[in-house]
Amino acid sequence: MLKDFFKLSLQEIRHRRMRSYLTLTGIIIGIAAVVSLISLGQGLQNAIAGQFASLGNDKLFISAKGNSFNPGLSIDAVWIMDKDLEIVRRTSGVTLATGFVTTTAAIEYNDQARYFMVYGESTDPDERALLGESNNYKLASGRVLDKGDTHKVTIGSAYQDETLFGKSIGLGNTIIVKGIQFKVVGIMEKTGSPPDDQAVGMPIDTYEELFETNGALGMIVAQTQVGEDPVEVASEITTALRHSRNLKEGNEDFTIQTPQEMAAIFSSILDIVQIVLLGIAGISLLVGGVNVMNTMYTSVLERTRTIGLMKAVGAQKHHILTLFLIESGIYGLVGGIIGVGIGVGIAKLVELVFILVTGPSFLSVEISWVLIFGTLLFSFVVGCISGVAPALRAAKLHPVDGLRYE
Amino acid sequence: MTAQSLVPLIQLHDVWKTYVMGEEKLDVLRGVTLTINKGEFVAILGPSGSGKSTLMNQLGLLDVPTKGKITLEGRDLTTLSENEMALVRGKTIGFIFQQFNLIPTLTAVENVMLPTLFQGIAEEERVVRGRKLLTMVGLDHRMDHKPGQLSGGQQQRVAIARSLVNDPSIILADEPTGNLDSISGAQIFEMLIHLHRDEHKTVILITHDEELAHHAQRIAYMKDGRVDRIEEKATKNSSRKRPRAE
Repeated sequence: MLKDFFKLSLQEIRHRRMRSYLTLTGIIIGIAAVVSLISLGQGLQNAIAGQFASLGNDKLFISAKGNSFNPGLSIDAVWIMDKDLEIVRRTSGVTLATGFVTTTAAIEYNDQARYFMVYGESTDPDERALLGESNNYKLASGRVLDKGDTHKVTIGSAYQDETLFGKSIGLGNTIIVKGIQFKVVGIMEKTGSPPDDQAVGMPIDTYEELFETNGALGMIVAQTQVGEDPVEVASEITTALRHSRNLKEGNEDFTIQTPQEMAAIFSSILDIVQIVLLGIAGISLLVGGVNVMNTMYTSVLERTRTIGLMKAVGAQKHHILTLFLIESGIYGLVGGIIGVGIGVGIAKLVELVFILVTGPSFLSVEISWVLIFGTLLFSFVVGCISGVAPALRAAKLHPVDGLRYE
Repeated sequence: MTAQSLVPLIQLHDVWKTYVMGEEKLDVLRGVTLTINKGEFVAILGPSGSGKSTLMNQLGLLDVPTKGKITLEGRDLTTLSENEMALVRGKTIGFIFQQFNLIPTLTAVENVMLPTLFQGIAEEERVVRGRKLLTMVGLDHRMDHKPGQLSGGQQQRVAIARSLVNDPSIILADEPTGNLDSISGAQIFEMLIHLHRDEHKTVILITHDEELAHHAQRIAYMKDGRVDRIEEKATKNSSRKRPRAE
């Protein structure tokens, strides 16, 4: 019997082709938005989790509170200093530690000046390796910075592009940073993140002289000994730094984070962004549902006579109710199927664009069956719920009133 | 035909139907008492506004009276729920309407099969019945046509086939020829007579056409919401009746 009801409903839907398409469009937009946003959000989250996981969980990142990524932006900034680095190095459980500092400075080349990120890094091979792992910086051509290099820099991959300075910058070219000439000795691989690809690296000593930092560092990266619990090492460092900086417990003006913690922070930010986006997608789905309801009301009104006839020839309330619920359910399900297809397509397209622009492996879209079937079920339920009120109206129609309707 | 051979099928006892329109009450039926016997061909005749359509709704179990009692084979129907009424209606009564009332999106055979859908009958059986009845009304070559592709007379034949699909004991025809040309109308009317004479259906004809009504065994004249008088035409029809022994 249900099969026949399906057939009846489908015939009705096909009969009102234009309106059915429009109704479906509403659902399709909502579902496509939900699917593409969830897939992309999940892909982004996976990518970030993956990047942090590649750092390894034996590293600690020590930074001043409030300015871990942009030292110097806060007005009354506290700083992590050179001497803090020495204390970290002396703490038991730490095998290696290095400082890292960044700022934004004018870069001149080909008589043009633009502002980009400049960072200072250690020239010690081990320390640089530790930093390289943390930053995902890998050398593409030339050489890395060595001890004794003074007016030498390494540059990101973006400088090979002519659009930055009208001319591509290569090995052996000279650029001007804060008025001083530097020779390019190395070019980094593309990372996919524009600020990193536009960064200029120089020996930390040179950096300190050039920017007159007085020993202030942006961040300390510490490697913990194999077998040591990074969390315990972190608490040892906390105690040592608190002593040297004369701080009471609980009043620390610095933070120590493990890669997992940093990943968790990113992930919670992404979660919020995703919830907001899903909320917006949800609104469009709600509008789609209201649209289905409107269509169903119109359909009930138009078929008043048919409903009256069906009741006259023996249809009971639940028959009519089922008939209309199936119809609105079909809108939900069909709209859902098309919407999922389009949503996956959009997500894959965005992924492709990301790969073309920033290189592979930054964003990998994840399409899960749970998401697909969950969305289809949800869409079907939205369709059915939207049909409840109109279907009830149809079911309650009195046969005489239905047959009399013109 | 003697009184003893008559078995009451539907009985109306002092049935009133009152419509309330704002402050005003309108008594459309004012105490109708009427018995329809099994196997009878009854015409309900009256001008428009006499209450005959409202009476048809009561006889067809499409509506409940404001006051009074309706019984079907002795069973009181006024106490039934809406769904129970629908069930009884679907099994017992076949409707033929002036407007045909076919569903435009369904084919002829699907329209005929429609009432069986609500009786939970298996699909194969439903298709067999639908095809058989359409063949019976001479539309075997129009099975898969939609109503829009059929003439008025053909549509009404589809409607007749539909009215028979649950094998009801009562055929209720409301001005069945009212929307047809005279030739088609005559064909449709012949079918009604055939249903009564050969298929032993109880046929109730609602009409304002006195000439048509005179084909019935009894005519109930409606006037101002009441049955004004009943005219027996037993002698005329008895000659056409089937032999008892059959």
